[in-house]
Amino acid sequence: MKEITQEVYLKWYEDMLFWRKFEDKLAAVYIQQKVRGFLHLYNGQEAVLAGSLHAMELGKDRMITAYRNHVQPIGMGVDPRKVMAELYGKVTGTSKGMGGSMHIFSKEHGFFGGHGIVGGQIPLGAGMAFADKYFKRDAVTLCYMGDGAVRQGSLHETFNLAMLWQLPVVFICENNGYAMGTSVERTAHTTDIYKLGLGYEMPCGAVDGMDPAVVAQEVYTAVERARSGGGPTFLEMKTYRYRGHSMSDAQHYRTKEEVEEYKKIDPITQVKEHLLENGFATKDEIKEIDRRVKSFVSECEKFAEESDYPPVEQLYNTVYEQQDYPFLPHKL
Amino acid sequence: MRTIQFREAIAEAMSEEMRRDETIYLMGEEVAEYNGAYKASKGMLDEFGPDRVLDTPISELGFAGIGVGSAMLGNRPIIEFMTFNFSLVGIDQIINNAAKMRQMSGGQFNIPMVFRGPTASAGQLAATHSQAFESWYANCPGLKVIVPSNPYDAKGLLKAAIRDDDPVIFMESEQMYGDKGEVPDGEYLLPIGIADIKRAGDDVTIVSFGKIIKEAYKAADELAKEGISCEVIDLRTVRPMDHKTILDSVKKTNRLVILEEAWPFGNVATEITYQVQNQAFDYLDAPIVKINTADTPAPYSPVLLAEWLPNAQDVIKAVKKVLYKD
Ligand SMILES: Cc1ncc(C[n+]2csc(CCOP(=O)(O)OP(=O)(O)O)c2C)c(N)n1
Ligand SMILES: [Mg+2]
Repeated sequence: MKEITQEVYLKWYEDMLFWRKFEDKLAAVYIQQKVRGFLHLYNGQEAVLAGSLHAMELGKDRMITAYRNHVQPIGMGVDPRKVMAELYGKVTGTSKGMGGSMHIFSKEHGFFGGHGIVGGQIPLGAGMAFADKYFKRDAVTLCYMGDGAVRQGSLHETFNLAMLWQLPVVFICENNGYAMGTSVERTAHTTDIYKLGLGYEMPCGAVDGMDPAVVAQEVYTAVERARSGGGPTFLEMKTYRYRGHSMSDAQHYRTKEEVEEYKKIDPITQVKEHLLENGFATKDEIKEIDRRVKSFVSECEKFAEESDYPPVEQLYNTVYEQQDYPFLPHKL
Repeated sequence: MRTIQFREAIAEAMSEEMRRDETIYLMGEEVAEYNGAYKASKGMLDEFGPDRVLDTPISELGFAGIGVGSAMLGNRPIIEFMTFNFSLVGIDQIINNAAKMRQMSGGQFNIPMVFRGPTASAGQLAATHSQAFESWYANCPGLKVIVPSNPYDAKGLLKAAIRDDDPVIFMESEQMYGDKGEVPDGEYLLPIGIADIKRAGDDVTIVSFGKIIKEAYKAADELAKEGISCEVIDLRTVRPMDHKTILDSVKKTNRLVILEEAWPFGNVATEITYQVQNQAFDYLDAPIVKINTADTPAPYSPVLLAEWLPNAQDVIKAVKKVLYKD
């Protein structure tokens, strides 16, 4: 694996902070009703993404996840301004405003969505790996899902097929403890999610998902196994989300103390401490990063605000390849 | 009369029936401890306990099928889908098992159960979370499909659905749960398969159902100011359909507009159109107009969603068209 150097830690700090602040901004503009619909934020889970990106070969490997998906594409190289614009429903957005919060896509940057039906992306991830194997490309797919999603039949059917055909895919469950208001304990007999791999003899294990260095190492091993023809791996990342499931969630299912406990091992704080303790950055340098992040977030907001809404024709010209497709009229 | 919210009407209907009949249970995602994703089962875990109000994992295929299986052996399950968009994960159990069991077994097994939850769009939720499958389910023999539009109808029809001996699809809306309406204190049931004339009128018939009917009311109010009198019929039950109420009205007004939140191809409005042209052709003074969502998946962007979703203005235009006043 690429060494985890001072630069890597600096990048992790800046990236993760940017993701956090970017989403804090989304929450703020949501309250102003500039962004509507659902808004699922990644706050707290950033180390899973930062570590994974370090282990992947960007430009070659691919990623697919569920609806908690604003910052992954940014990590993979998508212009954050376009992600913000998508949430505003603007034509400059990643899907031209068609998808919104839950459906960010970037073919160019290897980000395959952004999926709203829980568990629906799991077979898709294996299918992407199937195509890469079919065409003998040596790319690997990282397929993410939540702790709730692993209870869908789609996971079990896909695990069997992925093992049978030894597909180059890494399945990563981001276990943030809850599926909406339901804890893992309340809906499963086996609560060690990684053990779901055992029945399929898929290499599997649990990982500290709050430390990007640990994540990077484990994901790297899995990615290289897949790349070298060793088939799939299933990793359970132990992580946490600080905010509610979406924006309207009173969070009666957990205590404030529990949230505070996790904030003590916050990935951004951990990386910041690592920077300071090892003399990788001074307090002033950290402040400079914080300033840069803040100003870029504002730039994203400005871009989204100033962009135009899509033209009405766009309702029709994204559905089929055939541009003169005979849609039925729906009103006079 | 007292006024309650739609979500309270749903909870009351389920609770009253569960008090009366111990074979009934409620099962679904977040129905118990969270009191329902939209609080439509508030207080039910407390009253009935975890054996009868059950939180499930996100396993629609599994719990839909468990509902059907238990119905074969004496339960009368109420299965909640957080929204009917997610029923697609479990639709095999509904179409292939719940709807077929009685006929395939020569009448040995009936499936007295209700699948319920919100349908159709609810703001900018984009393509996978804004779908209306009324016509899909209504297309399937063996099922009944109910789509109420106010708390009173919801309570009376849900109680009837729970008592019905066949599988019933019962569709609500996230955008209706907060709606308030008059609901009497005492027990009542409403018959399945009977439409309701919500506004009486002479000039034109508007047929609709579910939350979108509110756009028909707005249109009727506007048109009344211009002296145009609309009869608004709420289907309430999509299958079996109350053709008689529709035909009687069309024979009186001679004009028909249908408002349905669904894609236009082969939907409930299409079925009504066929029946009316077939049975009341000579009464029609104008071609029937149906108003639906655009023939595309729902877009996220607010400007496109406004174009996609039918509204009162669209109804007004349609009414004027069938009256040749445009
Ligand atoms: C098939 C399906 N059922 C239900 C839902 C509603 N829903 C959306 S997110 C969610 C919880 C998912 O939890 P988890 O997989 O742990 O992911 P997290 O939100 O924690 O990232 C539910 C039940 C859905 N979108 N799709
Ligand atoms: Mg979760």
